Amino acid sequence: MTLNRRQFIRSGAGLAATTLAAPHVYAAGHGGAPRVVVIGGGAGGATAARYINKDAGGAIEVTLVEPSRTYYTCFFSNLYIGGFRTMDSLAHSYGTLAAEGINVVHDYAVDVDRGARTVTLASGATLPYDKLILSPGIDFVDGSVPGWDVTMQNRMPHAYKAGSQTELLKAQIEAMPEGGTFAMVAPPNPYRCPPGPYERISMVAHLLTQTNPTAKILLVDPKEKYSKQGLFEEGWQKHYSGMIERIGPDFGGANVSVDPMAMTVDIDGSVENVDVCNVIPAQKAGVICERAGLTEGNWAPVDGRTMVSRMDADVHILGDASEQGDMPKSGFSANSQAKVAAMAVRAALTDSRMFPAKFSNTCWSLIAPEDGVKVGAAYEATEEKIASTDSFVSQTGEDAALRKATYEESLGWYDGISADIFG
Amino acid sequence: MQTILRHAAAAVLVAVATGPGMADDFGDADEGARVFRKCQACHAVGPDAFSRTGPHLNDLFGRRAGALDGFDYSAGLVRMGNDGLAWDFASLDAYLENPKAFASDTRMNFVGLKDAEDRADVLAFLRQYSDSPANIPGAAPTAAPREVELSDDILALVGDVAYGEYLSSECLTCHQADGGATGIPAITGWPEEDFVVAMHAYKEKIRPHPVMQMMAGRLADDEIAALAAYFGGL
Repeated sequence: MTLNRRQFIRSGAGLAATTLAAPHVYAAGHGGAPRVVVIGGGAGGATAARYINKDAGGAIEVTLVEPSRTYYTCFFSNLYIGGFRTMDSLAHSYGTLAAEGINVVHDYAVDVDRGARTVTLASGATLPYDKLILSPGIDFVDGSVPGWDVTMQNRMPHAYKAGSQTELLKAQIEAMPEGGTFAMVAPPNPYRCPPGPYERISMVAHLLTQTNPTAKILLVDPKEKYSKQGLFEEGWQKHYSGMIERIGPDFGGANVSVDPMAMTVDIDGSVENVDVCNVIPAQKAGVICERAGLTEGNWAPVDGRTMVSRMDADVHILGDASEQGDMPKSGFSANSQAKVAAMAVRAALTDSRMFPAKFSNTCWSLIAPEDGVKVGAAYEATEEKIASTDSFVSQTGEDAALRKATYEESLGWYDGISADIFG
Repeated sequence: MQTILRHAAAAVLVAVATGPGMADDFGDADEGARVFRKCQACHAVGPDAFSRTGPHLNDLFGRRAGALDGFDYSAGLVRMGNDGLAWDFASLDAYLENPKAFASDTRMNFVGLKDAEDRADVLAFLRQYSDSPANIPGAAPTAAPREVELSDDILALVGDVAYGEYLSSECLTCHQADGGATGIPAITGWPEEDFVVAMHAYKEKIRPHPVMQMMAGRLADDEIAALAAYFGGL
């Protein structure tokens, strides 16, 4: 921490004294190398920071603002709940980014002054930028599940930002009384990781079949349909028959409130006692987007051709926070979008070339041991939105060898994307 | 010659437990030529064979593991070779049965030959291309026809490396830039032509993988050439 702060302060002091190298291609107002500030060190932000910094040879100064010193990936955190991954295997540091020359600042970005082009940190420091990348992920919509707010997250965890919440949820499941009830309140669209809640149900079911086979799972869902539904339903029938009950909107799944102190869930007037309750609230863009005045409704609209904000040509918004069109909110999408934004930012700030935007996404889910499935699509950007051009999804009835191969592929993907994001 | 080979194979196998399947027996080389089709996308053997995505397999028997000049092996195979592993029937049989169990970091992205007879056959086939005390039958080279018919124009395209570098960023969400391969194959350092052929084989849905079919399906010929040039140089 001290080192990072000191580096940061030294960098700022250097700029003030204009002792930096001669100007580069971009005529930055302050006379030094153009400055990019990236807010958020996840799949979008860390990738963007690395790709902007890559081969720039110091031509662009990149600062990454991320409060966590250790980042736990949301992707694969369900596998921790199922017992297939350790929490350590989901942990990543920013050491490689720092070694590559990115100024990694562990602090919260609390405000953006778009007129002055500065970011204010919780510590009080301000960071000037020529281009700003916002990749803050999600925050929760207040009041979306009556009775729940973040002060109740220890009684009813969301576990939708990985780390201590995920560990808490697993510990609560393991401590459930024999034959007890696990409930999940699933979120309305759009939200981070469309198959995520259902993969989580699968992993909870797997854990319970090992430790508490008479336990029940109650899935309260406001949506008519969900991602990979046929695949999950087939898998639940095959592996966890009789354990999982889903209550969709036809049966009141959209009219839910909770009482975290009493540990009850009220589904359309019918009150259920539960032992563990995983509340995944409705979601919105990370709150810094709102503070920067870049949101419309819950999300931050962008032009998918470069991921630039519709409201500010000097701000690019990536990943879950952005409203771009057809791409799902996923780590894969954020990583894909980051590369397009990085290319555009580098082209704007240096003499590097501009190429057409290409995007893709694949989401793997684990239903049971070695029973993996996937869904994916390719995308292109028009002026209007990012539009899907091709897609595929695993089929029901696939043989065990293919499902195992799909699972093994997902492990390879985790290693690949982690190396791409964090080095 | 057959007798000599069996004898030699038995000799190196003293310490290896062999089941009733007689796994120390070379099989039928003609059958092996058929089995070898599974290997041909990456490996060549015979006169004029050269290393492609996988190393060429001439003089394989007795060759130190991971030791062919100029081929980019996984660190594990190189280490095993440095530790004294020279390919013989027993080690090749084990490697082919389950490549990743034998060498966990191997870049040979092949599920393995589970059938002992298939392995015995293909090893008999390959044995023909290694020097031995006996004569080596003059079998035809296995230079395989390409998986897809590609025009000379496509093969002659010179890839734009800078464009390839940008396009490669999409590949690197799954494939690792340093050539690491854990569940998803390495795509660095391939001969450009092999890369181009493989991508067109996905694009035309001759190769089955749905993600790769989708990714390749949207790449133009010059984009495939650009990627081949970029990854070929890594």
